[in-house]
Amino acid sequence: MDKVIASPAAAVAGIGDGATVMIGGFGGSGAPIELIHALIDAGPKDLTVINNNAGNGHVGLAALIEQGQVARLICSFPRSADPKVFTDLYLAGRIELEIVPQGTLAERIRAGGAGIPAFYTPTSYGTELAEGKPVAEFDGRSYVQERWLKADFALIKAELGDPLGNLTYRMAARNFNPLMAMAAATTIAQASRIVPTGGINPEHVVTPGIFVDRVVEIPEPKQEEALNREEAIYP
Amino acid sequence: MSPPLDAIKLSNAQIAWRAAQDIEDGAYVNLGIGFPEMIARFQPEGRDVIYHTENGVLGFGEAPAEGEEDWDLINAGKKAITLKPGAAFFHHADSFAMVRGGHLDLAVLGAYQVAENGDLANWSTGKGGVPAVGGAMDLVHGAKRVAVVTDHITRKGEPKLVERCTMPLTGLGCVTRVYTSLAVVDIEGGHFVLREKIPQISFDDLQAVTGAELKVTGDIADLSAPEF
Repeated sequence: MDKVIASPAAAVAGIGDGATVMIGGFGGSGAPIELIHALIDAGPKDLTVINNNAGNGHVGLAALIEQGQVARLICSFPRSADPKVFTDLYLAGRIELEIVPQGTLAERIRAGGAGIPAFYTPTSYGTELAEGKPVAEFDGRSYVQERWLKADFALIKAELGDPLGNLTYRMAARNFNPLMAMAAATTIAQASRIVPTGGINPEHVVTPGIFVDRVVEIPEPKQEEALNREEAIYP
Repeated sequence: MSPPLDAIKLSNAQIAWRAAQDIEDGAYVNLGIGFPEMIARFQPEGRDVIYHTENGVLGFGEAPAEGEEDWDLINAGKKAITLKPGAAFFHHADSFAMVRGGHLDLAVLGAYQVAENGDLANWSTGKGGVPAVGGAMDLVHGAKRVAVVTDHITRKGEPKLVERCTMPLTGLGCVTRVYTSLAVVDIEGGHFVLREKIPQISFDDLQAVTGAELKVTGDIADLSAPEF
């Protein structure tokens, strides 16, 4: 078995118009910048993107949105130091937004990957974000029903990968990446280094390869924060 | 007649200092982004407090020196952080299991409005623009105590402590203590209970800038903090 793909362009092949794409990361930490830029180059339109944020500056997710490829965004916090790209499109009514509390977003993705179609959470009970959702009482407390989230593709960022798709992460860049790897029909990972099968200690594997379909090596990956400090613009 | 509020009220740093005095040794604590983050600076000597950040770190420390940032190591406010010995990383589902599962001892958040029944409004002014909730609605459920740090009144002089929130709610009946620029107030049985006030303001003047009744059930201590 060898899931290693030679280039970011080949890794994102097959993501078509109208696809639902989960993109890992929390702000720039753990954002798979090279895979997102390959998706911009590939050019599919009318995407539904699931990410915690809405991008920052003019690179990565912000650039994907700026290119007009995203019709709908599901996220918890579309504000950032420089959220102009998303804010302008949203206020002009040209991008749809579903706001989800951050922990609910994480659990909906986890549920999607774990085969759990719905669950109950205390989060958002009694608020406008719970409007229209079923409510039930358990042991005297009220909870809101939330549904799973699944995607056609997930783009994620890892530290180490191997040909079987086993992955590790680097520090707080882990965030949503292992959850999204579970919840997509096709999971595409960029790894800073690909090691031979057996090169990752089984005790250290965070995402087992069963959740991963394609791995591409991106040595010294770009950081969104660093790119924005250079005022980079993509493409 | 008390002096003008701007001349006597505590600064944000002083409110943060006061809140920090109540965090006990060994507590697991989440500080909301922005103003509440400041509390970590005033952690009393000799207490071990383990800070949680929603994006998957327990046991983080101060900001690194400029130029030493690692952008894979940030907090929920997207600011660079450092690690203390014994820190741990985890993914987002585990992070919010810590939150909703009742594993945090304390969450401290900012507020637009806090109501006497413990309702909190802190995520949206309800006036349009881009909505953004982040982890606020999760944090108010699950931590054993949910405290708020805030100015006592808005910039326009309106009370932030109110009978019922008029802004979109973050959570119902969730706040247990409020640290303001004028007072420390507990929420008990659907009422604000005054615990401390700055000595320069009279009870009546404090009540006048509070949007709901301040109950008094015992001694009212003086609220004071060092100058920073």
